[in-house]
Amino acid sequence: MKIKALSRPTASQQAPGSTTVRQSRNLDPTQHPFERAREYTRALNAVKMERLFAAPFLAQMGNGHVDGVYTMAKDPGSLERFASGSGDGVVKVWDLTLQDEVWNTQGHENMVKGLCWTPERKLLSCASDKTVKLWDPYNSTPESPPLATYLGSSAFTGISHHRDHSSFAASSSVISIYDLSRPSSTPSQTLHWPTSVDTITSVAFNQTETSILASTAIDRSVIMYDLRTSSPVHKLTLRLASNTVSWNPMEAFNFAVANEDHNAYIFDMRKTDRALNVLKDHVAAVMDVEFSPTGEELVTASYDRTVRLWSRNHGHSRDCYHTTRMQRVFSAKFTPDNKYLLSGSDDGNVRLWRTNASDRSGIKSARQRAKLEYDHALIKRYGHMPEIRRIKRQRHLPRTVKKAGEIKRDEVAAIKRREDNVRKHTKKSELKPRQNEREKIILAREQ
Amino acid sequence: MADSSKALTTAEDREAKQRLSEAQSKYGRGKGIPAKSAKGKKLRANLKAVESKHKDAVLKAKDAEILLEHDPGFLEPEGELERTYNVRQDEIRDSVGLETAKKGFELRLNDMGPYRMDYTRNGRNLLLAGRKGHVATMDWRDGKLGCELQLNETVRDARWLHNNQFFAVAQKKYVYIYDHNGVELHCLNKHVEPLFLEFLPYHFLLASAQMSGYLKYTDTSIGQTVAELPTRLGRPTSLCQNPWNAILHVGHQNGTVTLWSPNSQTALVKALVHRGPVRSMAIDRQGRYMVSTGQDQKMSVWDIRMYREVHSYSCYQPGASISISDRGLTAVGWGTQVSVWRGLFDAAQADQGKVQSPYMAWGGDGQRIENMRWCPFEDVLGVGHDQGFASLIVPGAGEPNFDSLEANPYENVKQRQEHEVHSLLTKLQPEMISLDPSIIGKLDTVSDQKQREQRNPDQRPEDPIEKLKNRGRGRNSALRKYLRKKGRGNVIDEKRVKAETLRKEHAARYREKQKQEREDLGPALARFAKKGP
Repeated sequence: MKIKALSRPTASQQAPGSTTVRQSRNLDPTQHPFERAREYTRALNAVKMERLFAAPFLAQMGNGHVDGVYTMAKDPGSLERFASGSGDGVVKVWDLTLQDEVWNTQGHENMVKGLCWTPERKLLSCASDKTVKLWDPYNSTPESPPLATYLGSSAFTGISHHRDHSSFAASSSVISIYDLSRPSSTPSQTLHWPTSVDTITSVAFNQTETSILASTAIDRSVIMYDLRTSSPVHKLTLRLASNTVSWNPMEAFNFAVANEDHNAYIFDMRKTDRALNVLKDHVAAVMDVEFSPTGEELVTASYDRTVRLWSRNHGHSRDCYHTTRMQRVFSAKFTPDNKYLLSGSDDGNVRLWRTNASDRSGIKSARQRAKLEYDHALIKRYGHMPEIRRIKRQRHLPRTVKKAGEIKRDEVAAIKRREDNVRKHTKKSELKPRQNEREKIILAREQ
Repeated sequence: MADSSKALTTAEDREAKQRLSEAQSKYGRGKGIPAKSAKGKKLRANLKAVESKHKDAVLKAKDAEILLEHDPGFLEPEGELERTYNVRQDEIRDSVGLETAKKGFELRLNDMGPYRMDYTRNGRNLLLAGRKGHVATMDWRDGKLGCELQLNETVRDARWLHNNQFFAVAQKKYVYIYDHNGVELHCLNKHVEPLFLEFLPYHFLLASAQMSGYLKYTDTSIGQTVAELPTRLGRPTSLCQNPWNAILHVGHQNGTVTLWSPNSQTALVKALVHRGPVRSMAIDRQGRYMVSTGQDQKMSVWDIRMYREVHSYSCYQPGASISISDRGLTAVGWGTQVSVWRGLFDAAQADQGKVQSPYMAWGGDGQRIENMRWCPFEDVLGVGHDQGFASLIVPGAGEPNFDSLEANPYENVKQRQEHEVHSLLTKLQPEMISLDPSIIGKLDTVSDQKQREQRNPDQRPEDPIEKLKNRGRGRNSALRKYLRKKGRGNVIDEKRVKAETLRKEHAARYREKQKQEREDLGPALARFAKKGP
């Protein structure tokens, strides 16, 4: 008879004299009952921990501005410098690591409406006082006069620098292209849609197809221009006016507009008969929108005193940031490292937020990192479960925003109900097909 | 040349395919999702990525088998005339190593028997409970006594909780929880006159079957009663848990076995298993087969996925206790004998005939078997009988390679503490207990369908009465049935009114028809017209 019984010497588990114990694994599923349920429980714990550690607000920059912050621009050549312009004409340059201002000037006599950095790290500011000024915050004292001043015929509203050329576009009732290399203070060319007369609210150069320019105007239009032919190319008319336009830095043909109808829209420049996505959650006009440097996320600033974060391909926001003292937010930007957000609001403060509310920036051990990654994967895997989804989505909102949201929901439902009733009592032959939510907003397109 | 290279690749392909299918059968989690069936491009790409990840994981798990260092034990006859069931314990002890031989021993405890016993989840500690109140714990490999209690009270069952720090004892009146020093911690006075105890380690639930027929669950981590379920079948005769889905099986006097989860006040399943009281049951660790013995001197193997008896074996005496090891060895204690069966489930799975003879046998020395349990991760069967306790070596019974994150027989204090914290963090809620443990995380297609219907604006709500309108006539028409079942009560609402008017319409139409028929038949034959609805 051949006989063998199990025997495991204790030394095989822990070598004599050593303090380390071996962890032996056996991946046989029969040894791991309830694996789904246990994994789900772990996912539930992970999502709870994530909410537990959510602390989005980091700091406010220095003492802020005296008047509201209406525009901000980050220095593309630096990870820590950015500029903000305020309602009293003051322009300040901030340092993220110091969390304080490093340079400021009383640049304008009126509201600063637009800021932008040139590739040479000079700062361009435009304001309602019909001037565009060029500053050198890195090499000059705050008292020194601007390097150059450019004059326009009406109040400027937005400014954007060309990717390669040393020229910039400033918007007023027309878009004026100024050349920085020439001494002249008048525009080298002007662009406008032949029939439109209303104020243009923002302008943005495409960073890949560098001669393409997008603008939004009060007459509800979003217009594309081409510098090569120095003519407008395409006009899109939406239901309500848009406030800002922002290009996707990774998919350069996509752009987002912040609309007055509480939504932000993402469009494909090549195919504008429908929006790529509708970002719905704000309860007041969206004042600013920006794509993250990765092109995967967006940030919007709204008149409802909140900043919201979105994923490019989800219709609802992934997070909502607010504080009791933050007033209407006019500007929100990602920092170039994608880790932080900046918001400028009516109360004159520039605030710094985390992009991921539960993120911590300190150095993590390998185990900690592995755990975070595992938790992240778990949440992704079980994100569809009702309990996990509920915890992941639950946010405390200011009462006014919550109330406004409820009222808005009721009103939208009422409109929908009315439409449905009309449809119900219309002959089938006369019934128009339902309009897609992404097509509804587009009133007209002109080439 | 080209031909040979082609043949080579196909051979390789075949090998790879076989390797994958072997890996899938052991480590796969069911069928994959056919990515081609997905309509959306993104979804299809996602599914494809997920599937390839699963495939990779399965292959890697299979490859990791090389790291398993222990082989299972065995007992193999060398000649045709040798029989494994003739091998005695002293022969085994002589032919295995010294360390292993020490694992076979006997404890003579003549006065306080019969004994029930239990091993901790990692198999390191042993709990002995004599009927007359003697309770002892020991680290059985080192032969160190943990604590010893004389309760002076009837003890009907005893169980370790999640680790070797606590154990529960079913005493005459209540269930008590003691710690490893034998200090009484809790008296669970909701569990009145408990007969059997079961502990669900992943849910931290202690369940007891009571003399009154009640099945009670207590959460041992928070001390709350989770469920009190009336079996309504009298005093239960046995209790066991399905380790795969944490369903409790209760055996009854009339030969039925009922399946319980704390989420339902009624039994999930009721099955007639024996023609007499069910004496004991055991379920294999994958939750596929249940083996039960009854007073009818039968041992039956049930497939509990199909609720079907696959085989039935005869015993010489009613089997008092039964236990299934990790590797599928089934020990049955009947009278003073223990027999161990091997391959019961393989035979059932392969749809072969019954297994002809047991694998091993023990006993016949006048010790009536009370209770048996396999020691996890060891080739050891613990037998509690009326004269003490015997630890038998049964080669090939235990799982050779343990997972130390699941249950570690060699854990130190720190590891035990950490494991306790982790297992409490991943404690499963009692609501998660269901017949199919993998249901968690699956898509709820039923409520999705409902939601879709609600979301569709052109959808009209289904009118139940409209459906009944044209179904059936006469006394038992669907409409009358609806009125009888749903239309009762003092509530008169829109539906009720609608149903009543419809019924009246029906009746009127019928009367009209009858009148017509009577007229057609004429005055003389009118009395032959069809009567009544």
